[in-house]
Amino acid sequence: MDNLLSIVTFTPAVGALIMALFLRGDDEAAQKNAKWLSLIATGFTFFVSLFIITQFDPQDTGFQFVEQRDWVFGLTYKMGVDGISVLFVMLTTFTMPLVIAASWDVKRRVKEYMIAFLLLETLMLGVFMALDLVLFYLFFEAGLIPMFLIIGIWGGANRVYASFKFFLYTFLGSVLMLVAMIAMYVDAGTTDIEQLLAHSFGTEQFSLLGVQVVGGLQTMLWLAFFASFAVKMPMWPVHTWLPDAHVQAPTAGSVVLAAILLKMGGYGFLRFSLPMFPVASEIMAPLVLWLSAIAIVYTSLVALAQQDMKKLIAYSSVAHMGYVTMGIFAANQQGIDGAIFQMLSHGFISGALFLCVGVIYDRMHTREIDAYGGLVNKMPAYAAIFMLFTMANVGLPGTSGFVGEFLTLMGVFQVNTWVAVIATTGVILSAAYALWLYRRVVMGDLIKESLKGITDMTPREKWIFAPLIIMTIGLGVYPSLVTDVIGPSVGALIDTRTAALSAFEMSTQVAAGGY
Amino acid sequence: METILLFAPLLGSLICGFGYRIIGERAGQIIATGFLFLSCLLSWVVFLTFDGVTEQIQIARWIESGSLATDWSIRLDRLTAIMLVVITTVSALVHLYSFGYMAHDEHFREGETYRSRFFAYLSFFTFAMLMLVTADNLVQLFFGWEGVGVASYLLIGFYIRKPSAGAAAIKAFVVNRVGDFGFALGIFAIFFLVDSINFSDVFAAAPEIAETELEFLWTTWNAAELIAFLLFIGAMGKSAQLILHTWLPDAMEGPTPVSALIHAATMVTAGVFLVCRMSPIMEFADTAMTFVVYLGAATAFFAATVGLVQNDIKRVIAYSTCSQLGYMFVAAGVGVYSVAMFHLFTHAFFKAMLFLGAGSVIHGMHHEQDMRNYGGLRRKMPYTFWAMMIGTLAITGVGIPLLYVGFPIGFAGFVSKDAVIESAYAAGTQAGGFAFWALLIGALFTSFYSWRLMFLTFYGAPRGDKHTHEHAHESPAVMLIPLGVLAIGSVFAGMVWYKSFFGSTEAVAKFFAVPLQTEVHAVADGYAEDGKADDSHSAKDDHSEAYDGEKTGDGKGYDDGHHAEFGGAPGDGAIYIGEGNTVLDDAHYVPNWVKVSPFVAMLLGFLTAYQMYIRRPDWPARLAENQRPLYLFLLNKWYFDELYEVIFVRPARFLGSFLWRRGDGDVIDGGINGLAMGVIPFFTRLAGRAQSGYLFHYAAAMVLGIVALVFWMSMTGIN
Repeated sequence: MDNLLSIVTFTPAVGALIMALFLRGDDEAAQKNAKWLSLIATGFTFFVSLFIITQFDPQDTGFQFVEQRDWVFGLTYKMGVDGISVLFVMLTTFTMPLVIAASWDVKRRVKEYMIAFLLLETLMLGVFMALDLVLFYLFFEAGLIPMFLIIGIWGGANRVYASFKFFLYTFLGSVLMLVAMIAMYVDAGTTDIEQLLAHSFGTEQFSLLGVQVVGGLQTMLWLAFFASFAVKMPMWPVHTWLPDAHVQAPTAGSVVLAAILLKMGGYGFLRFSLPMFPVASEIMAPLVLWLSAIAIVYTSLVALAQQDMKKLIAYSSVAHMGYVTMGIFAANQQGIDGAIFQMLSHGFISGALFLCVGVIYDRMHTREIDAYGGLVNKMPAYAAIFMLFTMANVGLPGTSGFVGEFLTLMGVFQVNTWVAVIATTGVILSAAYALWLYRRVVMGDLIKESLKGITDMTPREKWIFAPLIIMTIGLGVYPSLVTDVIGPSVGALIDTRTAALSAFEMSTQVAAGGY
Repeated sequence: METILLFAPLLGSLICGFGYRIIGERAGQIIATGFLFLSCLLSWVVFLTFDGVTEQIQIARWIESGSLATDWSIRLDRLTAIMLVVITTVSALVHLYSFGYMAHDEHFREGETYRSRFFAYLSFFTFAMLMLVTADNLVQLFFGWEGVGVASYLLIGFYIRKPSAGAAAIKAFVVNRVGDFGFALGIFAIFFLVDSINFSDVFAAAPEIAETELEFLWTTWNAAELIAFLLFIGAMGKSAQLILHTWLPDAMEGPTPVSALIHAATMVTAGVFLVCRMSPIMEFADTAMTFVVYLGAATAFFAATVGLVQNDIKRVIAYSTCSQLGYMFVAAGVGVYSVAMFHLFTHAFFKAMLFLGAGSVIHGMHHEQDMRNYGGLRRKMPYTFWAMMIGTLAITGVGIPLLYVGFPIGFAGFVSKDAVIESAYAAGTQAGGFAFWALLIGALFTSFYSWRLMFLTFYGAPRGDKHTHEHAHESPAVMLIPLGVLAIGSVFAGMVWYKSFFGSTEAVAKFFAVPLQTEVHAVADGYAEDGKADDSHSAKDDHSEAYDGEKTGDGKGYDDGHHAEFGGAPGDGAIYIGEGNTVLDDAHYVPNWVKVSPFVAMLLGFLTAYQMYIRRPDWPARLAENQRPLYLFLLNKWYFDELYEVIFVRPARFLGSFLWRRGDGDVIDGGINGLAMGVIPFFTRLAGRAQSGYLFHYAAAMVLGIVALVFWMSMTGIN
């Protein structure tokens, strides 16, 4: 199968198309068909994607399963995966069936809802596989639309504000990226990512509006990409769209947002910023490290003050993404391995936490922490599952949450001990906010009259959590499942980067010697 | 065998925790307990047959990234073997005891299943603790470290309906995390320097680390000092040493068997274990170890003073634990790790027994914990009384001073506590001197509060609710048998293992498989006349001079002129004793007044308690009245909790709220909104229409926009 990647990418879209064309009406039967069709489409996608991971050769650090054809307007359609991207593809295909299953109780415009999610899956998969700048940009930006709709149509009371905030933030960043991409094309003469990775962009210092730009073109390009990825991540201080988007999004939307969409920023840093602009990355690394450290402490403190469960978890997500950016720009094996691991693990854990909120939101229709308390009395299974993911979120060893946090911190310690120390305080703060949330929601006696009739999780809900539990504990106990896959590619990335940096240093030394 | 020993509790925990629906609650409990007894049996086999040679057993791969390679593996050496028997013995007995204690708990309603959950947590805790002590690398140790933290969190908060239990659970976890913060940084620093976190590599690199300077934060540090200090912060959290001790008394919210297992015998001693485990690094970190001595001594003193006035029976014992942990740290800090382990070992027996005894009293008194409502219980609970009596004799250190018949005669605590105090004196440093006096006063207080507890509980007239006293009863056999077993340990553990932990250097070296220095053997015979000829003595020369007189005359029969010294490279044995560290040997030659002083302190404490609680029971109240500020200061635990509330908890909440409303709300959103002021009205107009269902149109517009961009780009780009 030499077009395996395309099959995986477009299977959900085909499902969406079938639904759009053939599914009529909005009655009970049609809704049911829409749900089952979506589940089958996403399930099949996951099944096919298993071929990718089983046939993937981790030792080969180049791109695999590469497909290349001519496309419209002389553009090229090129897809491929390497050790860095392949697991994000798996994360996406793994998460989507669960998301669909978690949406079983959606009542309004079910068909459109399912179409939005299926299209979203195609676009997200495309982002992780695209090996052409234009194609990447298309997938990256178009992915905004279904999410924008999901929040704007199926969201909470304040959904329109949230969806526009989401859109504005992410789109404004993207425009700069587009400009940078054009500049890259002009400089390198190609939009092929594989060739761009081999191209070295100029580093000659020049003056722009009277400011000397150290690192020259690379720095400019790096900044433009940074604008886009930092928002997507999201990094402090451009994170404020995320809590609003999460709060207003339906449960399934929050899960996708946290589990997959946030990972695009991190993936972007690893695919573009670090390997293509190594010199600029080196120059800018302290900035990113400090922003990450601030993000971890700042958002953890803010999480302490939250009254809304989803907001709390959203802020916790921002803090966890702080570890990711920190690890990436520590730019050593532990840091980057840890960052990728943290992104995957956060996909499972935060996804599960948003599902946990969803479970009780479906019952009580409120996210206010104060509206709950003592749930353990009526919902023991829920209490156990929520506990597990709370602990995973806190980074307990033995869960996947630990490995990423630990590796990124270990990576950054080798680069900057100040940042490492500040970021490590996150382990204290995360314990405080996460356990406090748990205590207020789950522990204690069940006193509130409104909660007396609450029921424990249904079998369907439990089944949704089962795969997430397996992944969280499985990767915590045996993280080699991930590190074996990503390790060689990350190693290659670091080697290229080191070579580029030493070349740059040589050239500057020569230049300095010349004068 | 080690693998079975390690995983049996986990298996028991899983079967009991998840399988009880199928096999029933009672079967689950029995299986969990059975697995623990199996584990216990194997531990004793390992302990008694172990020859001291370090074994490593690999189980599976764990975290691997670049040069970092972490395995799940077992390291078995003497330290591990000691901890194995302590953990599994106490745990097995606590499991058994819990059959009785948790049989009918009034915190739960009729028909609720809570016992299987309790046993599952206990077994899980045991597993995590075993992982901690069998770890072959720092990260696995950290796994166990955090694992016991979670088990502790779950068990402190076991009474889910009790708000105070929930609060105590969080406090325990978060305060421990402060310690873990230091521990984690220590691990990072070690990896940074050694490029490995496996014990063998780290130990082998220890001399090199001691020579290394490390840039950390604002200045340059000696790497060994920094690492030792960071790791000790972790130990402070887990072992409830001063500054990070506040969680331990609150942890008494958990059921009493939990307090016995986790907060007395095992988990809280993990910090001591860590310091002993890392002895190859610690031996090169003089400043950090001086800090350990000061802090341990201060904790021993502080906790003992607070213990004097507490009224809750469990809190008295909790502060006593905190104080005894300080003793262990002093021993480790002055460089006699074997004595630290010795006190850890004996303390596990008598402290677990005191807690289980207290649990028996609480059980018999219908969950009354205030000692002011006890009194005269020795007739109602004779077995419990005798068990508590043995525990008290052990902790206060009753024995016959200066008598030596191949080993000293006395209860376990007498032997090991005196060893600690003598070692502190023998260290001959300023810190050692401070520790000696702090521990001596601590011993006096220990004796006082322990006897106070006994007198208030078992002597005098019954106080408090008459009804409760009428129904007070002795506990069932399942609860008394563990007490009996622990009583044996409390009496004999000190005497039996005296030589192995605190005997001659040769005996200790053999027990811990530490090689001896070969040159010393050569000159050993001439030591009595010419001991100072050995150069390696020079470091301690100044003070060993002072004991010279005693060395020949006294010394518990060690004056056979054979003064060996520890040798070998770091990592050769279970512990590492640096060159020139002769404190263990010197401790046998301290003056007689030093040897007698703990006994005198014990006697004074006993007599004072006897005077105040048996002869003149009106004195305590009058004293509290006369010395009101001091009394309140002690009763309120030196106001640590209040202080922390003001300097940490409230500012954190305020800051969180401030950053959220002002930072996120006003500055960031405000700034961005301001920037986009021209765009906002446009979008609000859009928004108004979007709500009426036109969203799809805007989505379509966005798609068109993107298509247009791409089109333009491709047109301009491809020529």
